[in-house]
Amino acid sequence: MSESLLEAWNRPPTIEVDGEGELLEVAMGPHHPSTHGVFRMDVVLDGERVIKLKPVFGYLHRNHEQIGQTVGYLQMMPYTDRLDYFCSLTNNWAYALAVEKLVGQAVPERAEYIRVILAELTRIQNHASTIGFLTQEMGASGTPLMYAFREREKILDLFESLTGSRMMCNYMRFGGCRVDMTEAHLNAARKIVTGLPRFIDEFENLLTSNEILMARSQGMGVLKPDLAVNAGITGPMLRASGVNYDIRKVDHYGIYDRFSFRVPLGEHGDIYDRYMVRVLEMRESLKILEQALKDIPAGPFIDPKAKIRGFKPKPGEAYGRIEAPKGELGFYLISDGGTSPYRFRIRPPSFINLTVLEDMCIGQNVADVVVVFGSVDIVLGEVDR
Amino acid sequence: MLGEGLLKGLGETARNFAGSFVSKERLTTVQYPEEREPLPEASRAFPFLVYDGADWEAGLRCVACQICEKECPPKCIYIEKSKDKKPDYVGKPQIYPAKFDIDISVCMSCQICVEVCPFEAIKMDNQFELATDDRFGGLLYDRKELARSNEYYHKIHPTEAAEVDARLAEEKAKAEEKAKAVAAAAAAKAAPAMAAKPAEGAQPQ
Repeated sequence: MSESLLEAWNRPPTIEVDGEGELLEVAMGPHHPSTHGVFRMDVVLDGERVIKLKPVFGYLHRNHEQIGQTVGYLQMMPYTDRLDYFCSLTNNWAYALAVEKLVGQAVPERAEYIRVILAELTRIQNHASTIGFLTQEMGASGTPLMYAFREREKILDLFESLTGSRMMCNYMRFGGCRVDMTEAHLNAARKIVTGLPRFIDEFENLLTSNEILMARSQGMGVLKPDLAVNAGITGPMLRASGVNYDIRKVDHYGIYDRFSFRVPLGEHGDIYDRYMVRVLEMRESLKILEQALKDIPAGPFIDPKAKIRGFKPKPGEAYGRIEAPKGELGFYLISDGGTSPYRFRIRPPSFINLTVLEDMCIGQNVADVVVVFGSVDIVLGEVDR
Repeated sequence: MLGEGLLKGLGETARNFAGSFVSKERLTTVQYPEEREPLPEASRAFPFLVYDGADWEAGLRCVACQICEKECPPKCIYIEKSKDKKPDYVGKPQIYPAKFDIDISVCMSCQICVEVCPFEAIKMDNQFELATDDRFGGLLYDRKELARSNEYYHKIHPTEAAEVDARLAEEKAKAEEKAKAVAAAAAAKAAPAMAAKPAEGAQPQ
């Protein structure tokens, strides 16, 4: 652990190097189109083979934790949208959960259902577009991505008519939600849910048995389950390695213990398994959505006694975590009794999932590094915070 | 057979390509600047200030309480209180904003100012095409540029505006009733006193 970055960089390569010629050091990114934003991988190459890889973070650092310690509790809510801008509603939920734990705020039944519906819709659109990006990086120039975005558009239209914004929703509040999901919104959600199985079938027809995808992804970027557990990997990446760990099942936050759904697991921990786990998770999310849309009760959408402004929790600490589409998203708050937290910490799934990038890439070709990187499913807004 | 998966996938793209000519489900794009999708009612972009009546300066609902300035997460609102007072919608003299600036290059459209405003004075616009070549003055809106009429608010958010109007009308009726009751009580109290000491009652204060 005491090894400095420079020492880590200068240590001898872990795999055998071909004696001929010299090693080449390449900076992939921060403007490489496959890096989903601004991210740099310093790669040492022996011909086409990757010998060492050092991820360089921080190009999109926006000081979110310091902002969280400066502004009030409510004011932090719109900033959480900007962490993982693909799934702002799950970010909202994780933050609201942490604050609700801190102050002991109960959430009405209907609000819990609304949160589950929105979180599962978010999961579906995130997984669909992640698979789209992954295939884009394998050279499928846009077709799966465009199909995924077409479906995502329908979900985002629902988000816009409900929350007012397509991506920066700022919707959850401590003790409920900002506005009610009316019958019209619920019907729109039902319409989306009935249309989605056809889309997933089409998507699978297009990709699952595609020889190019299989050749590029099977046996590539293998992540061993013990390394995944030791490195703190969560989400679809961990489950693709065959570890049964889903916070919806483990932690029972919200009302997830009421729904029957299964946790898809991979076998080999390669890119294809990660792809497959995401497809199956979309199907399981649809099951949850069907049950939630059937059972949603009437009632208040926010606790009428909930305080929104002038929030001053008692000194204490709380950790709220949820199964975000990318993994375990946690918010850790320490209150000293003031209007803003004494310490605000975000546990981002994409950042921690990226730490095993080198282990997955060593010995692969450069072109495969891009695919391995795409299969991790990251959003740089969350990695660099 | 090698290539079976590819052919299956190509069949899918062919179905989508052919389907895009007949089905709106499969062709969802519009030719943007000429053709526009209607915005949903809830959609929001940047805040504006609501005014009642014809004169924007006299009708501004804002009373410069500075709650939005305090609650704004990126602190993009700047308010200066006036020295004098003007009557608000129930006729009570109130301070008004001598200066109300929003820097929309900083604003992040979170709607928290709308949520915290107790006077229904600031609302969200859905106008998003605000590009300008002046990144300082052109994006710093003062209260004249921010003022929009209540009719405009009704046009972009009809349901919400109707609710707000009903609530304000109720408040106004209540205030008028209260004022009337107070006036009646004062008159009832003042009548015998006036009769006893007419000189004192005539003096102001």
